[in-house]
Amino acid sequence: MSVRDAAQVAFFALGLRPLMTFFIGLRVRGREHLPDRDPFILVANHSSHLDTASLLSLFPLRRLRRLRPVAAADYFERNRLVSTLSQTFFNIFPIARKGLTPETNPLPRMEAALRAGQSLILFPEGTRGSGAELAHFHSGAAHLIENCPEVPVVPAYLVNMGRSLPKGEWIPVPFFCEVRLGQARTFTGSRREITAGLEAAVRELGQLT
Amino acid sequence: MSGLNPVWRMGLLILAVLVVSTLVVAVLRRAKPQKNFSELAARVKAWWIMAAVFFGAIAVNERFSLVFFGFLSFWALKEYMTLLKTRPADHRALVWAFLAVPVQYVWVAMKWYGMFVIFIPVYMFLFLPMRLVLARETAGFVAAASQIQWGLMAFVFGLSHLAMLLTFPAIPNSGANGRTLLLFLVFVVEMSDVLQFVWGKTLGRHKILPTVSPNKTWEGFLGGIITTSIASLVVGFLTPFTPLQTIGVALLLAVAGFAGGAVMSAVKRDFGVKDFGELIPGHGGMLDRLDSLCYAGPVFFHLVRYFYY
Repeated sequence: MSVRDAAQVAFFALGLRPLMTFFIGLRVRGREHLPDRDPFILVANHSSHLDTASLLSLFPLRRLRRLRPVAAADYFERNRLVSTLSQTFFNIFPIARKGLTPETNPLPRMEAALRAGQSLILFPEGTRGSGAELAHFHSGAAHLIENCPEVPVVPAYLVNMGRSLPKGEWIPVPFFCEVRLGQARTFTGSRREITAGLEAAVRELGQLT
Repeated sequence: MSGLNPVWRMGLLILAVLVVSTLVVAVLRRAKPQKNFSELAARVKAWWIMAAVFFGAIAVNERFSLVFFGFLSFWALKEYMTLLKTRPADHRALVWAFLAVPVQYVWVAMKWYGMFVIFIPVYMFLFLPMRLVLARETAGFVAAASQIQWGLMAFVFGLSHLAMLLTFPAIPNSGANGRTLLLFLVFVVEMSDVLQFVWGKTLGRHKILPTVSPNKTWEGFLGGIITTSIASLVVGFLTPFTPLQTIGVALLLAVAGFAGGAVMSAVKRDFGVKDFGELIPGHGGMLDRLDSLCYAGPVFFHLVRYFYY
Protein backbone atom coordinates (compact mmCIF):
# COMPACT_ATOMS: atom_id res chain seq x y z
CA MET A 1 0.00 0.00 0.00
CA SER A 2 1.43 3.32 -1.07
CA VAL A 3 1.36 6.52 1.00
CA ARG A 4 -1.37 7.85 -1.27
CA ASP A 5 -3.53 4.75 -0.75
CA ALA A 6 -3.07 4.99 3.02
CA ALA A 7 -3.96 8.69 2.97
CA GLN A 8 -7.12 7.97 1.02
CA VAL A 9 -8.17 5.12 3.32
CA ALA A 10 -7.60 7.32 6.39
CA PHE A 11 -9.53 10.18 4.79
CA PHE A 12 -12.48 7.88 4.07
CA ALA A 13 -12.45 6.00 7.36
CA LEU A 14 -12.06 9.05 9.60
CA GLY A 15 -13.58 11.85 7.55
CA LEU A 16 -15.82 11.12 4.63
CA ARG A 17 -17.65 8.02 5.81
CA PRO A 18 -18.61 9.40 9.25
CA LEU A 19 -19.69 12.60 7.48
CA MET A 20 -21.88 10.62 5.07
CA THR A 21 -23.46 8.67 7.91
CA PHE A 22 -23.91 11.31 10.61
CA PHE A 23 -24.10 14.57 8.64
CA ILE A 24 -25.64 13.74 5.27
CA GLY A 25 -27.48 10.65 6.55
CA LEU A 26 -26.88 8.84 3.27
CA ARG A 27 -29.55 6.28 2.36
CA VAL A 28 -28.89 3.46 -0.09
CA ARG A 29 -31.45 1.61 -2.16
CA GLY A 30 -30.39 -1.50 -4.01
CA ARG A 31 -27.24 -2.03 -1.97
CA GLU A 32 -27.31 -5.65 -3.14
CA HIS A 33 -26.47 -4.37 -6.63
CA LEU A 34 -23.20 -2.86 -5.44
CA PRO A 35 -20.67 -4.75 -7.60
CA ASP A 36 -18.54 -6.99 -5.41
CA ARG A 37 -15.63 -7.28 -7.83
CA ASP A 38 -13.66 -5.02 -10.12
CA PRO A 39 -13.64 -3.98 -12.88
CA PHE A 40 -17.05 -2.46 -13.52
CA ILE A 41 -18.33 0.74 -15.07
CA LEU A 42 -20.70 2.78 -12.92
CA VAL A 43 -22.85 5.33 -14.73
CA ALA A 44 -24.77 8.00 -12.81
CA ASN A 45 -26.45 11.37 -13.03
CA HIS A 46 -24.35 14.32 -11.87
CA SER A 47 -25.34 17.38 -9.87
CA SER A 48 -22.80 17.78 -7.09
CA HIS A 49 -19.35 17.07 -5.70
CA LEU A 50 -21.21 14.85 -3.23
CA ASP A 51 -21.95 12.41 -6.07
CA THR A 52 -18.45 10.95 -6.25
CA ALA A 53 -17.93 11.18 -2.50
CA SER A 54 -21.12 9.30 -1.67
CA LEU A 55 -20.60 6.60 -4.30
CA LEU A 56 -17.03 5.91 -3.17
CA SER A 57 -18.10 5.80 0.49
CA LEU A 58 -20.23 2.71 -0.22
CA PHE A 59 -17.30 0.46 -1.08
CA PRO A 60 -14.98 -1.45 1.27
CA LEU A 61 -11.90 0.64 2.05
CA ARG A 62 -9.48 -1.87 0.52
CA ARG A 63 -11.12 -1.42 -2.88
CA LEU A 64 -10.73 2.35 -2.96
CA ARG A 65 -7.44 2.22 -4.83
CA ARG A 66 -9.11 0.37 -7.69
CA LEU A 67 -12.04 2.81 -7.99
CA ARG A 68 -11.42 5.66 -10.41
CA PRO A 69 -13.95 8.48 -10.75
CA VAL A 70 -13.49 9.88 -14.24
CA ALA A 71 -13.10 13.64 -13.83
CA ALA A 72 -12.63 16.65 -16.07
CA ALA A 73 -8.95 17.61 -16.16
CA ASP A 74 -9.79 21.25 -16.94
CA TYR A 75 -11.60 21.46 -13.57
CA PHE A 76 -9.85 19.01 -11.23
CA GLU A 77 -6.36 19.79 -12.48
CA ARG A 78 -6.83 23.54 -12.72
CA ASN A 79 -4.04 24.09 -10.17
CA ARG A 80 -1.51 22.06 -8.20
CA LEU A 81 -3.48 22.07 -4.95
CA VAL A 82 -6.81 20.90 -6.40
CA SER A 83 -5.02 18.35 -8.52
CA THR A 84 -3.07 16.88 -5.60
CA LEU A 85 -6.11 16.78 -3.34
CA SER A 86 -8.41 15.15 -5.87
CA GLN A 87 -5.79 12.59 -6.85
CA THR A 88 -4.84 11.80 -3.26
CA PHE A 89 -8.27 11.58 -1.71
CA PHE A 90 -10.49 10.62 -4.64
CA ASN A 91 -8.08 8.79 -6.93
CA ILE A 92 -9.55 10.61 -9.92
CA PHE A 93 -8.99 9.53 -13.50
CA PRO A 94 -8.43 12.87 -15.25
CA ILE A 95 -9.60 13.24 -18.85
CA ALA A 96 -9.64 16.13 -21.30
CA ARG A 97 -13.13 17.35 -22.13
CA LYS A 98 -12.54 19.64 -25.13
CA GLY A 99 -10.37 19.80 -28.23
CA LEU A 100 -9.52 16.09 -28.25
CA THR A 101 -6.64 15.00 -30.45
CA PRO A 102 -5.42 11.42 -30.95
CA GLU A 103 -2.86 12.14 -28.22
CA THR A 104 -5.34 13.48 -25.65
CA ASN A 105 -8.14 11.00 -26.45
CA PRO A 106 -8.77 9.35 -23.07
CA LEU A 107 -10.48 6.20 -24.40
CA PRO A 108 -7.36 4.03 -24.82
CA ARG A 109 -6.24 4.97 -21.30
CA MET A 110 -9.68 4.15 -19.89
CA GLU A 111 -9.73 0.78 -21.64
CA ALA A 112 -6.27 0.05 -20.30
CA ALA A 113 -7.44 0.92 -16.78
CA LEU A 114 -10.38 -1.48 -17.05
CA ARG A 115 -8.10 -4.24 -18.34
CA ALA A 116 -5.80 -3.59 -15.41
CA GLY A 117 -8.71 -4.32 -13.05
CA GLN A 118 -9.65 -0.75 -12.21
CA SER A 119 -13.29 0.30 -12.12
CA LEU A 120 -14.49 3.57 -13.63
CA ILE A 121 -17.21 5.88 -12.34
CA LEU A 122 -18.67 7.95 -15.17
CA PHE A 123 -21.07 10.88 -15.28
CA PRO A 124 -22.12 10.90 -18.94
CA GLU A 125 -23.97 14.21 -18.59
CA GLY A 126 -20.47 15.65 -18.75
CA THR A 127 -21.04 18.32 -16.11
CA ARG A 128 -22.99 19.00 -12.93
CA GLY A 129 -26.63 19.84 -13.66
CA SER A 130 -29.28 21.39 -11.44
CA GLY A 131 -30.38 17.98 -10.18
CA ALA A 132 -33.91 18.60 -11.41
CA GLU A 133 -33.53 17.31 -14.98
CA LEU A 134 -31.35 14.60 -16.42
CA ALA A 135 -29.28 16.14 -19.26
CA HIS A 136 -28.61 14.19 -22.46
CA PHE A 137 -25.77 11.72 -22.10
CA HIS A 138 -22.59 12.22 -24.10
CA SER A 139 -21.37 9.29 -26.18
CA GLY A 140 -18.03 8.68 -24.44
CA ALA A 141 -19.42 6.00 -22.13
CA ALA A 142 -20.89 4.18 -25.14
CA HIS A 143 -17.50 4.21 -26.90
CA LEU A 144 -15.93 2.63 -23.85
CA ILE A 145 -18.70 0.03 -23.42
CA GLU A 146 -18.52 -0.85 -27.11
CA ASN A 147 -14.79 -1.51 -26.81
CA CYS A 148 -15.06 -3.41 -23.52
CA PRO A 149 -18.38 -5.29 -23.83
CA GLU A 150 -17.48 -7.83 -21.15
CA VAL A 151 -17.26 -5.27 -18.34
CA PRO A 152 -20.52 -5.07 -16.33
CA VAL A 153 -22.25 -1.69 -16.26
CA VAL A 154 -24.02 -0.52 -13.09
CA PRO A 155 -26.57 2.30 -13.42
CA ALA A 156 -27.03 4.59 -10.43
CA TYR A 157 -29.26 7.53 -9.61
CA LEU A 158 -28.30 10.07 -6.98
CA VAL A 159 -31.01 11.98 -5.13
CA ASN A 160 -30.75 15.39 -3.40
CA MET A 161 -26.97 15.71 -3.83
CA GLY A 162 -27.31 18.84 -5.98
CA ARG A 163 -29.74 20.24 -3.46
CA SER A 164 -27.30 19.70 -0.59
CA LEU A 165 -24.21 20.95 -2.36
CA PRO A 166 -25.04 22.67 -5.66
CA LYS A 167 -22.55 24.02 -8.15
CA GLY A 168 -20.84 27.10 -6.79
CA GLU A 169 -21.48 26.37 -3.09
CA TRP A 170 -18.88 25.07 -0.66
CA ILE A 171 -20.85 24.24 2.48
CA PRO A 172 -23.44 21.47 2.13
CA VAL A 173 -26.91 21.73 3.64
CA PRO A 174 -27.45 18.33 5.29
CA PHE A 175 -30.53 17.19 3.41
CA PHE A 176 -30.87 13.41 3.42
CA CYS A 177 -29.32 12.13 0.20
CA GLU A 178 -29.91 8.81 -1.47
CA VAL A 179 -27.99 6.52 -3.79
CA ARG A 180 -30.13 4.18 -5.90
CA LEU A 181 -28.26 1.34 -7.53
CA GLY A 182 -29.55 -0.73 -10.42
CA GLN A 183 -28.63 -4.26 -11.39
CA ALA A 184 -25.31 -4.69 -13.22
CA ARG A 185 -25.82 -5.55 -16.89
CA THR A 186 -24.24 -5.28 -20.33
CA PHE A 187 -25.27 -2.97 -23.14
CA THR A 188 -25.01 -3.85 -26.82
CA GLY A 189 -25.92 -2.27 -30.14
CA SER A 190 -24.83 0.92 -31.82
CA ARG A 191 -23.27 3.73 -29.84
CA ARG A 192 -26.46 5.68 -30.11
CA GLU A 193 -28.43 2.71 -28.75
CA ILE A 194 -26.00 2.17 -25.91
CA THR A 195 -26.14 5.84 -24.95
CA ALA A 196 -29.94 5.81 -25.04
CA GLY A 197 -29.96 2.57 -23.01
CA LEU A 198 -27.71 4.06 -20.32
CA GLU A 199 -29.80 7.18 -20.11
CA ALA A 200 -33.00 5.15 -19.84
CA ALA A 201 -31.53 2.93 -17.10
CA VAL A 202 -30.49 5.92 -15.00
CA ARG A 203 -33.76 7.75 -15.65
CA GLU A 204 -35.75 4.68 -14.60
CA LEU A 205 -33.99 4.62 -11.22
CA GLY A 206 -34.75 8.32 -10.90
CA GLN A 207 -38.45 7.67 -11.27
CA LEU A 208 -38.69 5.10 -8.46
CA THR A 209 -40.82 6.29 -5.59
CA MET B 1 -36.21 0.22 46.66
CA SER B 2 -37.04 3.69 47.98
CA GLY B 3 -33.49 3.98 49.28
CA LEU B 4 -32.24 3.79 45.70
CA ASN B 5 -31.20 6.89 43.74
CA PRO B 6 -34.32 7.96 41.76
CA VAL B 7 -32.54 7.72 38.39
CA TRP B 8 -31.63 4.06 38.89
CA ARG B 9 -35.01 3.33 40.41
CA MET B 10 -36.49 4.70 37.20
CA GLY B 11 -34.08 2.57 35.18
CA LEU B 12 -35.40 -0.56 36.89
CA LEU B 13 -38.97 0.55 36.30
CA ILE B 14 -38.36 1.09 32.57
CA LEU B 15 -36.71 -2.32 32.42
CA ALA B 16 -39.77 -3.88 34.06
CA VAL B 17 -42.13 -2.17 31.61
CA LEU B 18 -40.07 -3.41 28.66
CA VAL B 19 -39.94 -6.97 29.98
CA VAL B 20 -43.71 -7.00 30.54
CA SER B 21 -44.37 -5.58 27.03
CA THR B 22 -42.12 -8.18 25.46
CA LEU B 23 -43.91 -10.95 27.37
CA VAL B 24 -47.32 -9.59 26.35
CA VAL B 25 -46.31 -9.68 22.68
CA ALA B 26 -45.01 -13.24 23.09
CA VAL B 27 -48.29 -14.32 24.76
CA LEU B 28 -50.37 -12.60 22.06
CA ARG B 29 -48.35 -14.39 19.36
CA ARG B 30 -48.95 -17.75 20.99
CA ALA B 31 -52.64 -17.08 21.70
CA LYS B 32 -53.49 -15.86 18.20
CA PRO B 33 -51.06 -17.51 15.79
CA GLN B 34 -53.26 -16.57 12.81
CA LYS B 35 -52.75 -12.83 13.40
CA ASN B 36 -49.68 -10.89 12.31
CA PHE B 37 -47.86 -9.24 15.20
CA SER B 38 -44.62 -8.50 13.41
CA GLU B 39 -45.12 -4.72 13.40
CA LEU B 40 -45.95 -4.74 17.10
CA ALA B 41 -42.91 -6.90 17.81
CA ALA B 42 -40.70 -4.53 15.78
CA ARG B 43 -42.02 -1.58 17.76
CA VAL B 44 -41.36 -3.22 21.11
CA LYS B 45 -37.87 -4.20 19.98
CA ALA B 46 -37.24 -0.59 18.90
CA TRP B 47 -38.43 0.56 22.34
CA TRP B 48 -35.72 -1.55 23.98
CA ILE B 49 -33.10 0.20 21.87
CA MET B 50 -34.58 3.69 22.28
CA ALA B 51 -34.89 3.24 26.05
CA ALA B 52 -31.31 2.00 26.32
CA VAL B 53 -29.94 4.83 24.17
CA PHE B 54 -31.94 7.49 25.99
CA PHE B 55 -31.16 6.17 29.44
CA GLY B 56 -27.47 5.84 28.57
CA ALA B 57 -27.43 9.36 27.16
CA ILE B 58 -28.76 10.94 30.32
CA ALA B 59 -27.10 8.65 32.87
CA VAL B 60 -23.46 9.21 31.81
CA ASN B 61 -22.98 12.95 32.32
CA GLU B 62 -24.44 16.31 31.41
CA ARG B 63 -22.03 17.13 28.54
CA PHE B 64 -22.79 13.82 26.90
CA SER B 65 -26.54 14.42 27.27
CA LEU B 66 -26.22 17.81 25.58
CA VAL B 67 -24.42 16.30 22.60
CA PHE B 68 -27.13 13.65 22.44
CA PHE B 69 -30.01 16.14 22.46
CA GLY B 70 -28.16 18.38 20.02
CA PHE B 71 -27.93 15.44 17.68
CA LEU B 72 -31.66 14.67 18.11
CA SER B 73 -32.50 18.26 17.16
CA PHE B 74 -30.13 18.13 14.20
CA TRP B 75 -31.62 14.89 12.91
CA ALA B 76 -35.20 16.09 13.40
CA LEU B 77 -34.41 19.32 11.54
CA LYS B 78 -32.81 17.29 8.74
CA GLU B 79 -35.93 15.15 8.37
CA TYR B 80 -38.13 18.23 8.21
CA MET B 81 -35.91 20.28 5.89
CA THR B 82 -35.45 17.39 3.46
CA LEU B 83 -39.22 17.28 2.89
CA LEU B 84 -39.52 21.05 2.37
CA LYS B 85 -39.69 22.46 -1.11
CA THR B 86 -36.65 24.69 -0.81
CA ARG B 87 -35.46 27.09 -3.49
CA PRO B 88 -31.85 27.21 -4.71
CA ALA B 89 -31.77 30.78 -3.34
CA ASP B 90 -32.34 29.44 0.19
CA HIS B 91 -28.98 27.62 0.34
CA ARG B 92 -26.99 30.02 2.52
CA ALA B 93 -29.93 30.72 4.85
CA LEU B 94 -30.36 26.96 5.32
CA VAL B 95 -26.69 26.58 6.21
CA TRP B 96 -27.18 29.24 8.92
CA ALA B 97 -30.36 27.54 10.13
CA PHE B 98 -28.44 24.30 10.68
CA LEU B 99 -25.62 26.19 12.38
CA ALA B 100 -28.19 27.44 14.89
CA VAL B 101 -28.44 23.87 16.27
CA PRO B 102 -24.99 23.68 17.92
CA VAL B 103 -25.21 27.35 18.93
CA GLN B 104 -28.51 26.80 20.74
CA TYR B 105 -26.95 23.93 22.69
CA VAL B 106 -23.95 26.08 23.59
CA TRP B 107 -26.36 28.38 25.45
CA VAL B 108 -27.70 25.31 27.25
CA ALA B 109 -24.16 24.22 28.15
CA MET B 110 -23.49 27.72 29.51
CA LYS B 111 -26.79 27.53 31.45
CA TRP B 112 -27.50 30.96 29.95
CA TYR B 113 -31.29 30.97 30.18
CA GLY B 114 -31.75 34.51 28.81
CA MET B 115 -29.95 33.74 25.57
CA PHE B 116 -31.38 30.22 25.32
CA VAL B 117 -34.91 31.56 25.33
CA ILE B 118 -34.46 34.40 22.80
CA PHE B 119 -31.78 33.20 20.39
CA ILE B 120 -34.10 31.41 17.94
CA PRO B 121 -37.37 33.33 18.50
CA VAL B 122 -35.64 36.72 18.25
CA TYR B 123 -32.19 36.66 16.70
CA MET B 124 -32.59 33.81 14.19
CA PHE B 125 -36.06 35.13 13.40
CA LEU B 126 -34.58 38.49 12.43
CA PHE B 127 -31.43 37.16 10.81
CA LEU B 128 -32.75 34.46 8.46
CA PRO B 129 -35.07 36.68 6.38
CA MET B 130 -32.20 39.16 6.08
CA ARG B 131 -29.94 36.41 4.75
CA LEU B 132 -32.69 35.34 2.34
CA VAL B 133 -32.97 38.90 1.07
CA LEU B 134 -29.28 38.87 0.16
CA ALA B 135 -30.02 36.04 -2.28
CA ARG B 136 -32.19 38.59 -4.18
CA GLU B 137 -35.05 36.20 -4.96
CA THR B 138 -38.49 37.47 -3.95
CA ALA B 139 -40.69 34.74 -5.46
CA GLY B 140 -41.57 32.38 -2.60
CA PHE B 141 -39.80 34.59 -0.04
CA VAL B 142 -42.44 34.59 2.69
CA ALA B 143 -42.98 30.85 2.40
CA ALA B 144 -39.24 30.18 2.64
CA ALA B 145 -38.71 32.47 5.62
CA SER B 146 -41.73 31.03 7.46
CA GLN B 147 -40.96 27.37 6.84
CA ILE B 148 -37.34 27.62 7.90
CA GLN B 149 -38.20 29.55 11.06
CA TRP B 150 -41.00 27.14 11.93
CA GLY B 151 -38.64 24.18 11.70
CA LEU B 152 -36.13 25.90 13.97
CA MET B 153 -38.83 26.70 16.51
CA ALA B 154 -40.34 23.23 16.62
CA PHE B 155 -37.27 21.03 16.42
CA VAL B 156 -34.40 23.08 17.74
CA PHE B 157 -35.97 25.56 20.14
CA GLY B 158 -38.71 23.16 21.28
CA LEU B 159 -36.53 20.08 21.72
CA SER B 160 -33.70 22.01 23.37
CA HIS B 161 -36.02 22.52 26.35
CA LEU B 162 -35.46 18.84 27.15
CA ALA B 163 -31.74 19.50 27.49
CA MET B 164 -32.34 22.75 29.37
CA LEU B 165 -34.30 20.79 31.99
CA LEU B 166 -31.02 19.10 32.91
CA THR B 167 -29.61 22.42 34.12
CA PHE B 168 -32.21 22.64 36.92
CA PRO B 169 -30.61 22.07 40.33
CA ALA B 170 -32.10 19.77 42.96
CA ILE B 171 -35.39 20.93 44.43
CA PRO B 172 -35.16 21.02 48.26
CA ASN B 173 -37.21 18.51 50.26
CA SER B 174 -37.76 16.18 47.29
CA GLY B 175 -35.67 13.74 45.30
CA ALA B 176 -36.23 15.83 42.18
CA ASN B 177 -33.60 17.50 40.03
CA GLY B 178 -33.21 18.34 36.35
CA ARG B 179 -32.43 14.79 35.41
CA THR B 180 -35.38 13.20 37.24
CA LEU B 181 -37.72 15.87 35.81
CA LEU B 182 -36.53 15.02 32.30
CA LEU B 183 -37.11 11.32 32.96
CA PHE B 184 -40.61 12.10 34.21
CA LEU B 185 -41.41 14.22 31.13
CA VAL B 186 -40.16 11.69 28.60
CA PHE B 187 -41.69 8.70 30.37
CA VAL B 188 -45.13 10.31 30.71
CA VAL B 189 -45.21 11.61 27.13
CA GLU B 190 -44.04 8.36 25.57
CA MET B 191 -46.39 6.34 27.79
CA SER B 192 -49.22 8.60 26.68
CA ASP B 193 -48.31 8.01 23.01
CA VAL B 194 -48.32 4.26 23.54
CA LEU B 195 -51.52 4.19 25.61
CA GLN B 196 -53.37 6.41 23.12
CA PHE B 197 -52.24 4.02 20.39
CA VAL B 198 -53.32 0.94 22.34
CA TRP B 199 -56.73 2.36 23.33
CA GLY B 200 -57.30 3.56 19.78
CA LYS B 201 -56.38 0.19 18.27
CA THR B 202 -58.58 -1.82 20.62
CA LEU B 203 -61.63 0.41 21.19
CA GLY B 204 -61.27 3.24 18.67
CA ARG B 205 -64.51 4.06 16.81
CA HIS B 206 -65.01 7.81 16.52
CA LYS B 207 -62.33 9.65 14.58
CA ILE B 208 -61.10 12.82 16.21
CA LEU B 209 -59.29 14.48 13.27
CA PRO B 210 -60.24 12.39 10.21
CA THR B 211 -58.60 14.65 7.62
CA VAL B 212 -55.34 14.96 9.55
CA SER B 213 -54.74 11.60 11.17
CA PRO B 214 -57.31 8.87 10.45
CA ASN B 215 -55.83 6.65 13.19
CA LYS B 216 -56.55 9.07 16.01
CA THR B 217 -59.86 8.45 17.77
CA TRP B 218 -61.74 9.94 20.70
CA GLU B 219 -61.54 6.58 22.49
CA GLY B 220 -57.76 6.52 22.02
CA PHE B 221 -57.35 10.13 23.09
CA LEU B 222 -59.53 9.97 26.22
CA GLY B 223 -58.48 6.46 27.24
CA GLY B 224 -54.85 7.41 26.71
CA ILE B 225 -54.78 10.64 28.66
CA ILE B 226 -56.79 9.25 31.57
CA THR B 227 -54.74 6.08 32.00
CA THR B 228 -51.54 8.09 31.55
CA SER B 229 -52.44 10.47 34.35
CA ILE B 230 -53.26 7.59 36.70
CA ALA B 231 -50.13 5.64 35.76
CA SER B 232 -48.01 8.76 36.26
CA LEU B 233 -48.45 8.30 40.03
CA VAL B 234 -45.98 5.42 39.80
CA VAL B 235 -43.25 7.84 38.68
CA GLY B 236 -44.29 10.67 40.97
CA PHE B 237 -41.09 10.05 42.99
CA LEU B 238 -39.20 11.81 40.15
CA THR B 239 -40.99 15.10 40.85
CA PRO B 240 -41.66 17.54 43.68
CA PHE B 241 -45.42 17.31 42.96
CA THR B 242 -48.17 16.09 45.29
CA PRO B 243 -50.13 13.12 43.87
CA LEU B 244 -52.93 15.41 42.72
CA GLN B 245 -50.45 17.74 41.02
CA THR B 246 -48.75 14.77 39.38
CA ILE B 247 -52.06 13.70 37.83
CA GLY B 248 -52.75 17.25 36.66
CA VAL B 249 -49.30 17.71 35.11
CA ALA B 250 -49.43 14.30 33.41
CA LEU B 251 -52.84 15.20 31.97
CA LEU B 252 -51.42 18.44 30.60
CA LEU B 253 -48.41 16.64 29.11
CA ALA B 254 -50.60 13.99 27.50
CA VAL B 255 -52.78 16.65 25.88
CA ALA B 256 -49.74 18.68 24.75
CA GLY B 257 -48.20 15.50 23.36
CA PHE B 258 -51.39 14.75 21.47
CA ALA B 259 -51.31 18.25 20.00
CA GLY B 260 -47.68 17.78 18.94
CA GLY B 261 -48.49 14.47 17.26
CA ALA B 262 -51.49 15.95 15.47
CA VAL B 263 -49.51 18.98 14.25
CA MET B 264 -46.71 16.78 12.88
CA SER B 265 -49.33 14.56 11.22
CA ALA B 266 -50.66 17.63 9.43
CA VAL B 267 -47.11 18.50 8.36
CA LYS B 268 -46.65 14.99 6.94
CA ARG B 269 -50.01 15.18 5.15
CA ASP B 270 -49.00 18.49 3.61
CA PHE B 271 -45.70 16.99 2.41
CA GLY B 272 -47.51 13.88 1.16
CA VAL B 273 -45.49 11.37 3.19
CA LYS B 274 -46.46 8.71 5.72
CA ASP B 275 -43.35 8.91 7.90
CA PHE B 276 -40.55 11.41 8.33
CA GLY B 277 -37.88 8.79 7.70
CA GLU B 278 -36.85 5.21 8.19
CA LEU B 279 -34.46 5.43 11.12
CA ILE B 280 -36.46 3.43 13.69
CA PRO B 281 -38.04 0.15 12.53
CA GLY B 282 -41.83 0.11 13.10
CA HIS B 283 -41.86 3.77 14.15
CA GLY B 284 -40.58 5.72 11.12
CA GLY B 285 -38.18 8.62 11.40
CA MET B 286 -36.81 10.34 14.47
CA LEU B 287 -39.56 12.98 14.21
CA ASP B 288 -42.29 10.35 14.23
CA ARG B 289 -41.16 9.55 17.78
CA LEU B 290 -40.26 13.08 18.93
CA ASP B 291 -43.36 14.88 17.64
CA SER B 292 -45.17 14.86 21.00
CA LEU B 293 -42.07 15.95 22.91
CA CYS B 294 -41.63 19.01 20.66
CA TYR B 295 -44.84 20.29 22.25
CA ALA B 296 -44.80 18.76 25.71
CA GLY B 297 -41.14 19.70 26.34
CA PRO B 298 -41.51 23.50 26.37
CA VAL B 299 -44.86 23.29 28.21
CA PHE B 300 -43.39 21.19 31.02
CA PHE B 301 -40.16 23.21 31.22
CA HIS B 302 -41.90 26.55 31.70
CA LEU B 303 -44.43 25.11 34.11
CA VAL B 304 -41.71 23.74 36.38
CA ARG B 305 -39.57 26.84 36.00
CA TYR B 306 -42.44 29.12 36.94
CA PHE B 307 -43.37 27.24 40.07
CA TYR B 308 -40.04 25.93 41.38
CA TYR B 309 -37.12 28.08 40.15
